[in-house]
Amino acid sequence: MIELPPFLLYYAAALAVAFTRGLQRQVILLAAPVVTGLFLWLFISPGSEVTFSVMSFELTLLRVDKLSLLFGYLFCIASFFAGIFSLHVEDTKQHVAGLVYAGSALGAVFSGDLISLFIFWELLAISSVFLIWARGTERALKAGMRYLVYQVLSGVLLLAGALIYVSNTGSLAFNHIGLDAGLAGWLILIAFGIKSAFPFLHTWLTDGYPEATVTGTVILSAFTTKVAVYSLARGFAGEEILIYIGVTMACFPIFYAVIENDLRKVLAYSLINQVGFMVTGIGIGTALALNGAVAHAFSDVIFKGLLFMSMGAVLYRVNNINGSDLGGLYKSMPKTTLLCIVGALSISAFPLFSGFVSKSMVMTALMEEQHGYFWLLMLFASAGVFHHAGIKIPYFAFFHHDSGIRTEEAPPNMLVAMAVAAALCVFIGSQPQFLYALLPWEVDYWPYDVTHVLAQMQLLFFSALAFVWLNKQGLYPPELRSVNLDAEWFYRRLLPAGAQRTVRLLSDAQRSIVTTITTRVQGLQKEFDKSPMSKYYLAESWPTGSMVFWISAILGIFLLLDLFGLGR
Amino acid sequence: MSDEKEKVYFFDRPKNVDRLIMGFYAICVLLVIVDFVVHRHIGFSWEKIPAFYAIYGFVACVVLVVIAKKMRTALMREEGYYDERVGEKRVDDD
Repeated sequence: MIELPPFLLYYAAALAVAFTRGLQRQVILLAAPVVTGLFLWLFISPGSEVTFSVMSFELTLLRVDKLSLLFGYLFCIASFFAGIFSLHVEDTKQHVAGLVYAGSALGAVFSGDLISLFIFWELLAISSVFLIWARGTERALKAGMRYLVYQVLSGVLLLAGALIYVSNTGSLAFNHIGLDAGLAGWLILIAFGIKSAFPFLHTWLTDGYPEATVTGTVILSAFTTKVAVYSLARGFAGEEILIYIGVTMACFPIFYAVIENDLRKVLAYSLINQVGFMVTGIGIGTALALNGAVAHAFSDVIFKGLLFMSMGAVLYRVNNINGSDLGGLYKSMPKTTLLCIVGALSISAFPLFSGFVSKSMVMTALMEEQHGYFWLLMLFASAGVFHHAGIKIPYFAFFHHDSGIRTEEAPPNMLVAMAVAAALCVFIGSQPQFLYALLPWEVDYWPYDVTHVLAQMQLLFFSALAFVWLNKQGLYPPELRSVNLDAEWFYRRLLPAGAQRTVRLLSDAQRSIVTTITTRVQGLQKEFDKSPMSKYYLAESWPTGSMVFWISAILGIFLLLDLFGLGR
Repeated sequence: MSDEKEKVYFFDRPKNVDRLIMGFYAICVLLVIVDFVVHRHIGFSWEKIPAFYAIYGFVACVVLVVIAKKMRTALMREEGYYDERVGEKRVDDD
């Protein structure tokens, strides 16, 4: 039995990718997730542990249970299809960043203590920002900077919380923390909350992800938020506040998604909405709900990856991803269209697709715990998902009116990557027993019964009917080139404007003070000029030159006095 | 964009679009009929309303879109609002 923290394999691959090119590099890119996945599957079982001591701390770099293993498998799958999707990319830093990022995600979910978690938490932040910066535009550069500030802030809060936690409890172990832990608990919750895009802390996601490269967004969408979901599930299961937060997360982004023009930003909002379902499940805290939360994380990485890949393929071919400019692309990209629709059906939780078998667990858990109003809101969110992600994404990109854009089908590697993800969506959706077997908690649950399927079909078809009806009535909001104000307004507009205003106010104040003083001085000068004293030589205004002269004269005298030892 | 003799695609024919939409309506009607035939498990009392999910789905989406449209008047700004469009490639400018 080999016990080796799996992130090392990824870091080794990242190193190897930095020094290879062409086919060799492509092989490494694909081998990293396959080898790591097999390694996890064959050699790592719950209970495995690797620890090592540093500075009197015992760090647990590998702590394995079913929860961490599930995320381990998931991250290998995600980086596998993301790897295929980015095979054509020649930019070394993107590949290195992608592998370090995926490896850090693995490191984080297998961390058994808060310090190791913190280290991987920060590595996630630092490696992922390069996927945004690699876009090379000034927008991307600035968005990446803002993204990094948020991510690092999250890390700092985590470290602060961890240190307080250790001093309070004397234990570094990362297990259930809960809000009973006081300040430490809150700090760690907010740290996790930033990475899982809690409301008002979410703008790094909707700001950063749409600015990343074609392949970067696909990779980004898989890891950061899911590491956060994993951490919440481990540290804060059953905290009631998470239900409120999760329901808010599921509901508010769908409004933004409806009016957003950048289709990758629509998906970013929809990512927050999906994480809302997971956070709610974690907040409920029953075995079924927790299983639902992590199962939904599993499905989401795959179908959201698929959707981001299809939009990435469009961006790659057309160089534009605004709903207002696209349309009719099914003519040139029929395969991408079809694969995108599979992703859309999965995220909308159509029966036989992956979203259905995972989201329904959270919904059923809400029902079992008699959270009636939350259940209604989540049902609203479910209908909304179909509306913005299920219909809007494929409709405005591939159908709608013909934009006149004619392009080529996505490159073969992209199609293969999307096909792998699509196949997984259908497989998980139609054979959920395999996913359920991996779930950490023992629950007897089966999603396919008449009630469930019928209810979901009604919900979805009538949501679609609303779309058709609104379109026919001309009530559907057109895609417009625009920016919609979100919480980021506070720091991108209000703060800078406030700062500018303060600076202006201060400079005004300075000017008026200076004017007052000068007029006073001038007034005194005038009074002085009138007096008989002004007739003396010394009372004339002196040029600067004379002042310099006299100062050097005085200094010279001092020097002479010093040289001759006088005055001591 | 200057493919003069471009082939006619599936959705270029209004007849195909109409067929698709008719089929879609038929499924909607069917789903409502099934609701009266099949017994659904009831978890909450409001689920007893006939075709509850259908009504809820439709109303939810209309409400969603209406509110979102209203949000635009308050939240929508021109594209360069944050004033950093530098270096961005625009494919077609109008």
